[in-house]
Amino acid sequence: MKYVLQRLAFYAVTAWAAITINFLIPRLMPGDPVEALMSRYQGQLDTGAIASLKALFGLDENQSLWSQYTGYWSSLLDGDLGLSFTYFPTPVGEVLSDALPWTLALVGITTLISFLLGTGIGVYSGWRRGSWLDGLLPVTTFISSVPYFWLGLIAIALFAVKWPLFPFEGGYDSSLVPAFDWPFISSALYHGVLPGITIVLSAVAGWILGMRNMMVTVSSEDYVMVAQAKGLSERRVMFSYAARNAVLPNISGFALSLGFIVSGTLLVEMVFNYPGIGFRLLQAVGAKDYPLMQGVFLIITLSVLAANLLADMAYALLDPRTRKEA
Amino acid sequence: MTAEPILTISGLDVDYGTGASGVRALRNIDLTLHRGEVLGLAGESGSGKSTLAYAVTRLLSPPGVITGGDVHYHRPGGGTIDILALSPEQLRAFRWQELSIVFQGAMNSLNPVHTVHSQLTDVLTAHRPGMRAAERTARAEELLSLVGISTDRLAAYPHQLSGGMRQRVMIAMALALEPEIVIMDEPTTALDVVMQRQILRTLVELRERLSFSVVFITHDISLLIEFSDRIAIMYGGRIVEQAGATEIYRDPRHPYSEGLLHSFPALHGPRRELTGIPGSPPHLSAMPTGCAFHPRCAKAFEPCATRVPVLAAPDADQDREVACWLHR
Repeated sequence: MKYVLQRLAFYAVTAWAAITINFLIPRLMPGDPVEALMSRYQGQLDTGAIASLKALFGLDENQSLWSQYTGYWSSLLDGDLGLSFTYFPTPVGEVLSDALPWTLALVGITTLISFLLGTGIGVYSGWRRGSWLDGLLPVTTFISSVPYFWLGLIAIALFAVKWPLFPFEGGYDSSLVPAFDWPFISSALYHGVLPGITIVLSAVAGWILGMRNMMVTVSSEDYVMVAQAKGLSERRVMFSYAARNAVLPNISGFALSLGFIVSGTLLVEMVFNYPGIGFRLLQAVGAKDYPLMQGVFLIITLSVLAANLLADMAYALLDPRTRKEA
Repeated sequence: MTAEPILTISGLDVDYGTGASGVRALRNIDLTLHRGEVLGLAGESGSGKSTLAYAVTRLLSPPGVITGGDVHYHRPGGGTIDILALSPEQLRAFRWQELSIVFQGAMNSLNPVHTVHSQLTDVLTAHRPGMRAAERTARAEELLSLVGISTDRLAAYPHQLSGGMRQRVMIAMALALEPEIVIMDEPTTALDVVMQRQILRTLVELRERLSFSVVFITHDISLLIEFSDRIAIMYGGRIVEQAGATEIYRDPRHPYSEGLLHSFPALHGPRRELTGIPGSPPHLSAMPTGCAFHPRCAKAFEPCATRVPVLAAPDADQDREVACWLHR
């Protein structure tokens, strides 16, 4: 329990530092969002509008940096991340909450699938070395070494254009209204198949390789030999002695990869025009949409931190050696 | 000793690797363990002691392969099991039930992520399917107190125990199913001498109470002389001498046994000069011709370099064997 509280305190401090940096960076950069907006409207804004825009973005020059900072925090705690330019006047929070479920669902599910699939294959191929599963390894490694955008484009060229089995872009059929009903959900699933498969294909090799290597290492440990000498069933030795110990690095790797679910999908969402966070970030960068960028960065930072915390907790749960004595 | 045999090894050959790159780790091992006896197996590193233990239990991991010979286990009630012919399922049932092992390196023999309780009881779960959880826990507690560890350590993880305690847990684990044979592969090498003494005393007491047979593997021959009934000395993958512990101590016949004895200070008895053995053990891939010991042997003479001496009784008498041309 003490351990958990210590970690929580550590992550609270890290989160504070990350948010502060997130606040400072746009203010340290030359130019500001208002100038960007002014140039975008090519002088059609009058000084009143500029002043109100500056106030809106919390860039009021009359305010000290400190009062801007406290203001930033209080609006952050209210869930107010400012207004997006690209989707003006939609608040950033709303843009993000529209995009987040898409990313979470697509990349979350595919990350989970590739972790489970890769670890499972890794366990078996590490335990029974020389079986046909070893032949899978070069194939998956080859696929994962292909740059993702190219893999995605090939997948689109083959399975959406040459043989139109799947749609080549979007998160759902644009003729449908997003709602929790079967036509919409099935359309979303259908649109998710091609990006999902390409993500799994490109990620699974890492899990297989990591798990197989750890299985090979752990299999030569004395306690595995002892377990065999004890006459335990092969399943028990393989899972409870070898895989149970070998999976630890993969578990922390998995928890960390959860943090990159939000951010690591830029390419996927670009290639497939998928309405997720990465796609929004691309738009925000293209349009110099500072509030949206800040919002995306904030979400990424917080999710990486949350994933790290999760990794710590999972590790403490699975490996008694990392637990502090009470 | 007239006791009936419980484990007979005959003509056992073990190779590491096959073909041209393979090395012969064990050659033509003949060894018999009698019921209730402590058989000591001594030799330098690389002489094949541990390989023998692994081969007998079929735990050799590749590239180790048994290329010849037989290992038979004789049931207490009569009936013989050919260990090398057991199917995987039969082998699983045989292991630990009849023959358990205490491995060298107590530090790594326990799985760091499972509690002592879980590692003591999983063997009961595997071999006694009818046992209930409460009975298994009771048995685990009984086992721990048998080796002198308080039962509240059951919930501990291995890293919370000292080296000596871990080795005691391993011994408790080896006795979980009351096997007929316990092979101890250098069980005390990782421990300091005080802890070695304590563990050995525990072992002696347990053996008197539970009367299992022991194969005790070590390079510490002075330990064996005190602890074992009979000693087999290995060199270069062969047994070079086999005799009762006191005979070996008083009157070693093989020059190598003599050298080994003079490499350790005796724990009791008069002082004597330590001489050691010149040279180092042969590499398995470059085994000398003839008697493997002849390049290091002060008494080597004409036949030693060319012909391999067979293990046989030195004189017409006795219950001892030696493989040396001096005694032909």
